[in-house]
Parts: sequence; C-alpha cells; structure tokens
Amino acid sequence: MKIGITCPYSWDVPGGVQQHIRDLAEALIDEGHEVSVISPADDDTPLPPYVTGAGRAVPVPYNGSVARLSFGFLSVSRVRRWIKEGGFDVLHVHEPEIPSLSLLACWVASGPIVATFHTAIPRSRVLLVTYPVVRTGLEKINGRIAVSEAARTTLVEHIGGDAVVIPNGVATRRYRKAEPLPGWPGPGGAIGFLGRLDEPRKGLHVLLKAFEVLGPQRPGLRLLIAGPASDAEEVLHRVPAELRDRVVLLGQVSEDDKVRVLHSVDVFCSPNTGGESFGIVTAEAMAAGVPIVASDIEAFQQVLRGGEAGELFVTGDPDDLARAAGRLLDGPARRAALSAAALAAVADYDWSVVARAVTSVYETVVLGSTQVAVTASGGEFP
Amino acid sequence: MIIDLIIVIAAALLMGVYVSWRAGRIDRLHVRVDMARAALDVTLLRRSSVALELATSGLLDPATSLLLAAAVHGTRPPGGYGGAGSPSQGGSGGMGPPGKKSGGGLGGVVPPETTQRPRDLAESDLTRALRAAFSQPDFRASLSGKEGADELLAEVEAAAHQVFLARKFYNDVVAATREARRRPLARVLRLPGRATAPEFFEMDDSLVAEASGAPLGL
Repeated sequence: MKIGITCPYSWDVPGGVQQHIRDLAEALIDEGHEVSVISPADDDTPLPPYVTGAGRAVPVPYNGSVARLSFGFLSVSRVRRWIKEGGFDVLHVHEPEIPSLSLLACWVASGPIVATFHTAIPRSRVLLVTYPVVRTGLEKINGRIAVSEAARTTLVEHIGGDAVVIPNGVATRRYRKAEPLPGWPGPGGAIGFLGRLDEPRKGLHVLLKAFEVLGPQRPGLRLLIAGPASDAEEVLHRVPAELRDRVVLLGQVSEDDKVRVLHSVDVFCSPNTGGESFGIVTAEAMAAGVPIVASDIEAFQQVLRGGEAGELFVTGDPDDLARAAGRLLDGPARRAALSAAALAAVADYDWSVVARAVTSVYETVVLGSTQVAVTASGGEFP
Repeated sequence: MIIDLIIVIAAALLMGVYVSWRAGRIDRLHVRVDMARAALDVTLLRRSSVALELATSGLLDPATSLLLAAAVHGTRPPGGYGGAGSPSQGGSGGMGPPGKKSGGGLGGVVPPETTQRPRDLAESDLTRALRAAFSQPDFRASLSGKEGADELLAEVEAAAHQVFLARKFYNDVVAATREARRRPLARVLRLPGRATAPEFFEMDDSLVAEASGAPLGL
C-alpha cells in the first residue's frame, strides 16, 4: 500500500506525536508498505528518507503555549504537491484539529483519509472544532483512530462520530540491547527508576521509603534514578544521610541513555500510585528484559499479565515493595524467568502489532474508493 | 498680634486650598484612568472582532484561520461576555499585574482547561498570532485581488494600531496617577482615599516583527 502520513509538529522538536509517527512509519515500512511522511522541519535538519520537509515551522502561541506549526498558503501548496506526486492509496493525518499540515491536508485532499487523535481535546478547544474550516476538514475523514480511551471519549462527546482505539506501540527492538552505564549495576546490585521525580503519582517516594529498609540490609545496593525534577537536591534530602551516596540521580536523560539505564540495573521498579493508563515506561523496561517490580495498579496488572511477567506489590506500600525487590535481588533464577516472560509479553505491544491494526483500518477505508487526490477546489478558497 | 493671626489664618486657608486642589487632581486622574481603561477595552475588543472576521472570512487557509480563531477565543472570558457584562469584566482581574492568574485561589482546583489565561498574556498571544499570519512571505500579494481582502487587512491593522495608541495613553495616565499618589503630602493625608493604585497594562502589541528577524521575537 502507498501511505501518506502528515505530521503537524516540527520534526526536529522531540514530542510524543512525532515519535508515534516515526515508529508507525518504520513499522509500516517493515511490513512492506510504501510510506511518505510530510512534516514541518528546519531546512538543515537531517531527515529519514521517508520524510518530506514542509519548510520551517513557525512558533506561534496556541492554546496558552508556543507551538511550532506549519500554516499559510505556502504550506498549502507544499502539501498539495506532496499529495499530487505521492499517488497515495490512503492519507493518514495526525491531530487534524491542530492548525497545521494535517488540517491543510484534509482540506486539499479527496479520497480515503484516516485520522489519528492523540490528545483529549480540552474543553476550551472544543468550541474551535465547530469553526466551519475545521468542520469541513474533519468531515472528509473516513476512519478515525484514537490512541487512548480518553481521546476517543472527547471525539464522541464533542465532535460526534466514533473512533477505534489503537494504543501506542512499544519499539521493542530499540530497547533490546544497550551498553550498561560504566560501573553499573555493580556487585551489590542496583534498582532503577524512570520518570518525573516530583510527580507523586510516579511513586518515587514509595521506592525511597523502601530503600530505607533495603539499603541497610544490603550494603552494596544502589538506586539509579533518571528523570526530570524541579529540585533534585530536595529529592536527595528525603533519603537518610548515610544512604545518600548510594542514590544516583541522572536528571533528564536522552532516549539512548534511557535504554542504557534500563540495562544498568538488576531490577526495575515502577512504584506508580495511579494515573497510568498503560505504563509505557514499564513496557519499555520489559522490552529491555529487565526484571520488574511494579505496584499492582490495573495498568501494570494488565501489562505484566497479573504478575507472570513481573513481580507485583501492594500499591503505595514500601514494606511490600522492599520484600518483593528483595526476593528478586536474591533470586537470579527468578529474575531470569521474569525477564524471559516480560520479553514474551511485551511482544503484544510491539509497533508491528500496532501497524497491522492500523493497516486493517486503511484496508477498510480504501474499499470501493479511489486513490487520494487533490480536490478541484483544494488550495483555492471556497 | 492681629497681623500674626491674619497671617496664620491666611496660611491655613492657603494650605487648605492647596490640599483640596491636590486631592481634586488625584481624583480627576483616577477618573481619567477609568476612561482610558474603558477606551483600551473597546480597542482590544474591536481588534479581536476584526481578527475573528478575518479568521472566518474564508480568505485564509484553514490552519491560519484556526490559529487566529483560537487566539481570539483565548481573549474572551469563558462563556462569552454575556448580556450585561461590560468588556472590562475580564479587566477586573485581567488588568492586574502581568502573571497574575484570574480565578485566584481556585487555580489548583479547577481543571486547567477552564482557567482563563490572564488577559495581558491572551491579548499578547493574539498579537503574535496576527503577526505570524501577516509576516508570511508574500502574505499580502497572495490575498490581493480577492474580494474584500484589502479592506479587511487594513481594518485589522487599523484596529491593532488603535490598541497600541490606547494602551500608550492608558499607561501614561496610570504613570501620572501613580506619581501623584506617591507625593509625600498625598501619602500623609491619604488623599487618594479608598481608590486603589491603577496598574499598568503591559502586552505585546506590535504587528511588526522585531528587528531580530524572528517572527515572534522569541
């Protein structure tokens, strides 16, 4: 299949939507499809071969923050040309309610269009989708995908119509192998944590409390903590002074270093107290094959297959966490078994699975339809 | 003796006249502040109306239209102005110092999407959205010849310029009032009474891009 994908945000700025599009495009290419992505990008940004740059994105205030978007008649003509030359069987737009390339693509294109909605639209923006220009664009969409139940609910309630939920995948391949950070995990063992340090729902405080039990019992055990914090010093001061030099804070790390962190520890801990619908970080740790100890919130029960693919502890209970982590640290055989089970379980969430689900949406919308083309009036003003 | 008394009484009278003149001046300044604020409100409202007209005119591409519409939407209080609400309804909180959140103590309880962005920031956002639209290369050329385009663009620019002027005048009279209130006599005798000190209204109101070349001066 020839697939054209539009990305609304600048390719050179890290972000969830861009990452999703990259992973999806690569998974679709692996499945043997022909994929072309158009995205705003600076002229000197090196782009993967499947990405067409639509010119520099302009920073504009949108929704209370500054977003880098492509708009204006020059962008319209670039999108037109891309669609004309692409000869796509299906056009897949992402976030068509954002004033950028996806909305423009909906406007100028005719033929089978699939749209993916990533975020739940805040109430303040709901009004905006009623503007005729947006309505016209959204009405051309033949199939809608929401990446979460929350995103789907917003669509159903505020825009009307329905969407299939296809959650984000995990690029398991990227996590499989990496060099541990120098000196890690070390002879005394190490426990890892990834996530915002000062977001209570990520549960770092539970892990730190558990370390107060584990640390004195196991003189060599260390904590490796990566993630942004507004005040890292304050985090460190929550640890008793005698244990402090065994807690290593890396701050925010790059994607590559994140994988290395996962390979630098004996046990990975997901102490979240709630607020996770899927637990992407936990799934990534599974893809790296690290044995996992996680709180027993619903999201983790599901992804860890009720404890088959990782040790579960009572949510928010540091003593139970200390016991569970202790069992893993003392049992190399148990660790190896959990690691293998996690690798097997996470395959269900791989992007190749997501790509196949998305492909079946494509196949549905192209039935009885012609190729994607530029509308007669597209790019002209109605 | 009598001469001394006359001098004292005359001095007291003169003093009284002077003090009441100062008090009257401060009072008049506050009235002028109110008038200037009303004028500023009107120009801001007018600018957002014309910007919305441009957004919905069908002259622009949908992305630019939506950007402008979103920025206009951000300048309106939630739920619109209502029947009786005056434009300065948002001003009671929004005209406050930059960064001050309207909604005050509720900020933590109300979900983020229902909190109103402070007015100075929202109006600056509209300026930047307009600037991003107007600073596209050949923006004017791409629209000229379309019906009503030139008039509408001129109207937007005129409205934006009026905001610039009204804000300048408003801040001038605010500066004069604050200066008058700061005088020792005014402070000691509490001449302003219960009138609170007026606040400056700071915002980005230039439709012309900064010399730095960045479309937003960011």
